[in-house]
Amino acid sequence: MENAPLFSVKVTVNGQLFEREVEPRLLLSDFLRHELALTGTHVGCEHGVCGACTVLLNGEAVRSCLIFAVQAHGQEIVTVEGLTPDGGREALHPLQEAFREAHGLQCGFCTPGILMTLIPFLQEHPQPSEGEIREALSGNLCRCTGYHNIVKAVQLAAETLRHG
Amino acid sequence: MKNRYIGKPLRRNEDARLLTGQALFVDDVHIPGMLHVAFLRSDHAHARIGSIDVSAALERPGVVAAYTAQDLGDYWQPGPLLVPPPPIKDIVFHACTQVPLVRDKVRHCGEALAAIVATSRYIAEDALDDIVVELEPLDAVVDVERALEPASPRIHEHIESNLAAHVVQEKGRYETAARQAHRIIKRRFLYDRGVAAAMENRGVVANWDEKSQQMTIWDTTQAPIPIRNGLAAMLGLSESQVQVIAPFIGGGFGPKIMMFYPEEVLIPWIARELKCAVKWIEDRQENFFATTHERGQVHEAEMALSEDGRILGVRDVFLHDTGAYDPYGLTVPINSQCTLLGPYRVPNYYSEFKAVFTNKPIVTPYRGAGRQHGVFVMERLLDIAARELEIDRVEIRRRNYIAPDDFPHNHEIIYQDFAPLTYDSGNYLPALERAVEMIDYHKFLEKEKARLRAEGRYAGIGIVSYVEGTGIGPYEGARVTVEASGKVCLVTGVGTQGQGHYTSFAQVVAEQLGVEVSDIRVITGDTREFHWGTGTFASRGAVVAGNACHAAAKAVREKILKLAARLLKVPEADLVLEGGRVQVKGKPDQAIQLGDLARQANPLRGAVTPGTEPGLEATAYFGPERGATASGVHAMLVEVDPETMMVEIKRYVVVHDCGTVLNPMILEGQIQGGVAQGIGNAFYEQLHFSDNGELLNASFMDYLLPTALDVPPIETDHIETPSPLNPLGVKGAGEAGAIPTGALFVQALEDALSDLDLEINEIPLSPQRLFELVEAAKLERTVVS
Amino acid sequence: MKPAAFDYHAPESLEEALALLNEYGYEAKLLAGGQSLIPTMNFRLARPAVLIDLNRIKELSYIEKNGSGLRLGAMTRQRALERSELVANHAPLLHETMPFIAHPQIRNRGTIGGNIAHADPASELPAVMWALDGYLKLQSAAGERRVAVQDFFVGMFTTDLEPEEMLTEIEIPAMFPRSGWAFREIARRHGDYALVGVAATVRLDEAGRCEDARLVFFSVGEGPVEAQLASDALIGELPGDALIETAAALAAEADIDPDGDIHASADYRRQLARVLARDTLRRAFERTK
Repeated sequence: MENAPLFSVKVTVNGQLFEREVEPRLLLSDFLRHELALTGTHVGCEHGVCGACTVLLNGEAVRSCLIFAVQAHGQEIVTVEGLTPDGGREALHPLQEAFREAHGLQCGFCTPGILMTLIPFLQEHPQPSEGEIREALSGNLCRCTGYHNIVKAVQLAAETLRHG
Repeated sequence: MKNRYIGKPLRRNEDARLLTGQALFVDDVHIPGMLHVAFLRSDHAHARIGSIDVSAALERPGVVAAYTAQDLGDYWQPGPLLVPPPPIKDIVFHACTQVPLVRDKVRHCGEALAAIVATSRYIAEDALDDIVVELEPLDAVVDVERALEPASPRIHEHIESNLAAHVVQEKGRYETAARQAHRIIKRRFLYDRGVAAAMENRGVVANWDEKSQQMTIWDTTQAPIPIRNGLAAMLGLSESQVQVIAPFIGGGFGPKIMMFYPEEVLIPWIARELKCAVKWIEDRQENFFATTHERGQVHEAEMALSEDGRILGVRDVFLHDTGAYDPYGLTVPINSQCTLLGPYRVPNYYSEFKAVFTNKPIVTPYRGAGRQHGVFVMERLLDIAARELEIDRVEIRRRNYIAPDDFPHNHEIIYQDFAPLTYDSGNYLPALERAVEMIDYHKFLEKEKARLRAEGRYAGIGIVSYVEGTGIGPYEGARVTVEASGKVCLVTGVGTQGQGHYTSFAQVVAEQLGVEVSDIRVITGDTREFHWGTGTFASRGAVVAGNACHAAAKAVREKILKLAARLLKVPEADLVLEGGRVQVKGKPDQAIQLGDLARQANPLRGAVTPGTEPGLEATAYFGPERGATASGVHAMLVEVDPETMMVEIKRYVVVHDCGTVLNPMILEGQIQGGVAQGIGNAFYEQLHFSDNGELLNASFMDYLLPTALDVPPIETDHIETPSPLNPLGVKGAGEAGAIPTGALFVQALEDALSDLDLEINEIPLSPQRLFELVEAAKLERTVVS
Repeated sequence: MKPAAFDYHAPESLEEALALLNEYGYEAKLLAGGQSLIPTMNFRLARPAVLIDLNRIKELSYIEKNGSGLRLGAMTRQRALERSELVANHAPLLHETMPFIAHPQIRNRGTIGGNIAHADPASELPAVMWALDGYLKLQSAAGERRVAVQDFFVGMFTTDLEPEEMLTEIEIPAMFPRSGWAFREIARRHGDYALVGVAATVRLDEAGRCEDARLVFFSVGEGPVEAQLASDALIGELPGDALIETAAALAAEADIDPDGDIHASADYRRQLARVLARDTLRRAFERTK
């Protein structure tokens, strides 16, 4: 199809309102990365398995490779950049801090998606068991860590978040 | 002197950037006006090209250019042979390397036929449909054994068969050993293909700036400097005109050391043709075809043993599936051949392999790089020998270990670095004993197993040993500079793919200079910053680049002490470096900040003393005479559901010896990650090809990477036997976790299913395959009884 | 892996959506949660000319009591079902199944209607709805009809839906007293499509004899596969281990005729089916007490 009409998308990302004209087929992952230059959201498989592109849509974790940008019209999105509005210069989010402390990342490519999966998970499960953590992580693939230290990082983060 | 930084589990310098989404990966590079490339890839594994017509694609709005092999002119060249064959007597080797775009014949599915350049990747993919290809499908060569039959179709017509290489290495006389043997164990072993599946696919961005005549390339490579050198030569540019940057890389694991990938050759060329920036990012589907594979081998092996279970000799003849081309030479099968010997005394060894071309994607090293296969064969032979000779599995290993006073131990064959396979150091028994203790081996076999069995549960234990030749040459370099701020800059040529180089290398430098690790800025993988080196591969970063960092830091330390001694008017021996300053021992008020020293070493007026250099800076190189041999023991407990054949790993223990540990936290991460890949390789991941050579499971839906629920917690401990071959005493650790897992997995499964006398001589397994093997074993028992 | 271009419509009401569907018919694909459709589009295995996005139609998203049963709007997110107390209380089999469907990130988008209408033979919800004797409301601009789940699935990815029709509501009847249920699947990894799965519902009469039994498998055929011979063996009998074993063996050996693929051979699927049938029947009968 030639010259598909463009659609206007107004979307709040990390608290900021953006307005862009996009082709309807543009994936939300590409929109965030290439239209909004929020390259912290990574793309690993584009078929909804690896979880690297996970972002929050109205507070819930979703695969941004399985949503069209036009569908985000009028919605609220949070990406990994939204966890530290100053880019982490002052302080990391407690979850990020825990990942650093427990060596929960190596190459770091899957990490943003894992963080975004865990944010709502920890809200829903402030005291998660190891089994719950592993199940929560099972929709995000990591090829470097063997998950062991990610689990430790989540336990650490849960503790910090509980005790402030 | 007690280490201040080396050996400490320090948090990583690079993490803040990675955790906040601020780290630059190749696909994050954005240049105004940048164009995007998609490749048309062959659905056929073997086909002769008639014609490729891109004219309709060029009509599509948004398409800027389209290229086939014909358009490349003299730039079209098969890639270089990366690793020439080692100097082994009577070696046969046919180099057939990959091409940028197929010109005459497709040799594996997914091989690139044409490139489309467009204003977006979406449009570039649209235009792939517009290309008209006429080709004649040919019978595909898929099975590695049938590939050598005279009637097999030939993949490279200029050589007389599909034989890529034939290598024989021999130590002593196996036949003599076999004649004296009490028992000979003979089996056939299979190891099938998988992919590395780094979470980040490959990608290249190239920007040709016509005004400055500069080419800048961002590449997901593990080897930016050789890429720069090669591309400059191919493009007819000076090396100073080409900058290759390997920024943050989302996992390497070996396939990203392969060069030159066709896309790596084409994207810079297109950028220069079009005088602009061009991006190609591999998608996951492409990654299954266009990035290299590993692991396909078929072994026919035998072991000659004495009555008390001592190895008298081993004979192994194997086929190695190299895929459609062999640009990486013989590294993988040579590693299989050499690593088979493991930590054992093997007085007589006959090893012969044939590397074979098939119509499948190219095989190059992937984490372990052939070592898995050797370990699998050896450990399986020992397991079977133990069973037949009624010796405990741990005991037969103990009896055959090389003794601690038998190092260096020369195995008298040639290793992948072309040097004789000589183990520099090792001490194997303590690791075995520690692993036995940690997993409670004896208690499990004496009590637990029977207790669980009485409950109807099938649990089993496994324990295996391995060695890994690591840290091979030729060399790496590093430059250390103390800046006027007092902070330190460390630059090295190797790239980094998650190994924590920003921290572990900084620890090595901090040790010498007495500055905080967080005050050391590490730069890796940018040829403009450092342009001598080879790359990150073969578990060599810490060994080779680490020691180069050490040498450069030591040289800077000497400069610091010399200058400070002059300024503070005390002998150098009276000075200490700590807290970012030089201080007279016992006199904290007599001190000078490193930043001040750096300024004094680089004055704006006056003269630098003749014979000295300005600044507090040094560049150093390190090249080991040969590799350092790491080793370890892995043990596991598994439970098998006898009805569904689903397997649960209950415990996994690793006792590892990689010499001096730079950062135990990073080291454990490397091991845990390696084991996870090993588990994937053993039970989840397998590539399935059709008879036509099509890959049937090129997606993460059907190629199963283990998840957090599939990888158990990994319990680790360390033995430190420092390498005498480098000043830090380090050995490589990157691949170790992945190497023995397959052998361990099958041993533990056999133990769990020991009621059936099941013998498993293949990897990867799956519940489905296990079901078949168990059914066959049951049937055999019925027939026998 | 970028999707091909399409015309995009995002109606705000059901009426508008049905009008669009009436206009485009075969050319159009309905976009519900998109968690199966968009990957297929990214692989360019699906190239719909027109996408009608149902995500803005609020009226299609609800979980309501219907007597002692439930009515579920087709665009209700799977995650909402998973968290719903109504579902937990009135359709416990559905509640038990939800965590096995992919992962939370997928269930946050995926809808019940989208899943059922996609008719993936490896999907959990069609089999579960079958076992629950569910009804489906199919609407078009011309009107509506109510179809039993058992009559809805025609084949692999094929349903009774006409091109201009849309699944708008799923009706789950009330559970009878003395009913039991169970769900189990075996997948290579948690969240994957199952190698084999089964949903079981049973009901006892006052004397404790099995009055009704449904054993509905998925991933063993072209769609949900009901084990009729197994049911026949159970009905009228007093449940017990031997009976359950017999029924499970009948289900695995006679009722289903699975194919093999790279993940599981037909024989292995039968073996899993037998184990799953046995375990779910046991559990379901336990729950009648």
